[in-house]
Amino acid sequence: MNDTNPMLEMRGVGKWYGDFCALYDVNLKLQRAERMVICGPSGSGKSTVIRCVNRLEEHQAGQILLDGVELTEDTRNIERVRREVGMVFQHFNLFPHLSILDNLTLGPIRNLKMPKKEARELALHYLERVRIAEQAGKYPGEMSGGQQQRVAIARALCMKPKLMLFDEPTSALDPEMISGVLDVMVELAGDGMTMICVTHEMGFAREVADTMVFMDRGEIVEVGPPSEFFNNPTSDRARLFLSQILSHH
Amino acid sequence: MDHAAHSEVEPVSRKRPPRKSLLLTRKSPLIDIAQLIAFVGVLVWLILAGAQAMEYNWQWYRVDRYIYRIIDGEFIPGPLLRGLGVTIEITFYSMIITLVISLATALLRLSGSVSGRLVATVYLEAIRNTPLLIQLFLFYFVLAPIIGIDRFWAGVLCLAFFEGSFGAEIIRAGLQSVPRGQYEAADAIGLTRRDRLRFIILPQAIPLILPPMTGLVISLIKHSAILSVIAVAELTTQGLDLISETFMAFEIWFTVGAIYLVITVSLSLLVSWIEHRAAIGR
Repeated sequence: MNDTNPMLEMRGVGKWYGDFCALYDVNLKLQRAERMVICGPSGSGKSTVIRCVNRLEEHQAGQILLDGVELTEDTRNIERVRREVGMVFQHFNLFPHLSILDNLTLGPIRNLKMPKKEARELALHYLERVRIAEQAGKYPGEMSGGQQQRVAIARALCMKPKLMLFDEPTSALDPEMISGVLDVMVELAGDGMTMICVTHEMGFAREVADTMVFMDRGEIVEVGPPSEFFNNPTSDRARLFLSQILSHH
Repeated sequence: MDHAAHSEVEPVSRKRPPRKSLLLTRKSPLIDIAQLIAFVGVLVWLILAGAQAMEYNWQWYRVDRYIYRIIDGEFIPGPLLRGLGVTIEITFYSMIITLVISLATALLRLSGSVSGRLVATVYLEAIRNTPLLIQLFLFYFVLAPIIGIDRFWAGVLCLAFFEGSFGAEIIRAGLQSVPRGQYEAADAIGLTRRDRLRFIILPQAIPLILPPMTGLVISLIKHSAILSVIAVAELTTQGLDLISETFMAFEIWFTVGAIYLVITVSLSLLVSWIEHRAAIGR
């Protein structure tokens, strides 16, 4: 491992569900501290791409290299990858039977073998950063969707990941909850976290993204800086998508 | 809509309207209770009348000594209580083994391994589609001499394998009812498969598994009566022995039945209390 490797590299990645081609020849490069936003119509494979990165899905063709190391079926390899990659889900997926604090400390204690006290301090530190430190003793069911999603971000951060994946983190939230979550993400981006974010929040994308990726039908149609993507999309599909998504703003 | 006009028709208030008394309505619990009393009364009358017609000589006064006696201030359990002790022992050991078999079978059924799934399926189908009595004979006459266990453990193992086939499906359903997102979230924070099961999946599945599992314990208690055919000295065996000694078939069978009933009903009550407590804890 050295710093000249890209954080993440995908080479010709393909993925099929039965005969349905979910991903086709996906090539991506993500540098350290780069912020990438993936957008595209539903069913375009955006979520599948990032789920392949921490191997919630297996790719069937091509290569995925994380920090220069290729993802394989080897269990130790998968565990290492998951230690280094944090993920935030659309539906938060907090553990409802555990307190907020236990949600955060479980990974560090079991996977990083961190002492309990240290894990607790770490958890409180990140809860403070997402502005819910005072609710550490509560259970997920007692919180609003926005708060739960911020807890989920803190939970991922507790693993001290090198790369954060966000899978439509605001899509399941009530409108008034969205900005709180986006604020946390913007802050995170400001701290130099490497991240890939699947989202429809184009305001967030414009503000934060270094790179925009547009996908349709399982393939990458366009890659470029947001200024170019939003102002001069080269493909018809991207133009159509942008006109649909931005028409109400 | 014109709000002012609306409120003139019927004043709207945030206060709840007064509750109606349930006692005099058609849903009154008094009617329920009256029905129950009438039903039980008829039942008791039928039994008594029937016994009278066959000129049965009730000897309830002789029954208590078979439950327990107090001699010189010392409590001496009778055959029925000792039999109950053995029944509870059988249930206890069987249930532990049942849980192990159930969990293992459920995990095999959900696993990716073809041979694992095959073993589990063959076990489930074989046990469910043959009579328990035949299984008991196989365990007692075939398996027990081979592996060198006595009739008690042959019975315990047989019951455990029998109930395990039902327990496996209960546990499988419980594990599958935990949403996929929970598995994924556990994976995403890098938990091993074992930790995922132990810290995330089982704690959420157990509240769902517990009620049907109590049903399983209750059927285990009831099924343990079948061990009387291989002469394990449990409650039913003791009952049989007493009847051949005393000829008080009615009294002894009613008593044995009542003892089973007390145990199973208190078990259900205990579990609903635990569930209630757990629900408050959430």
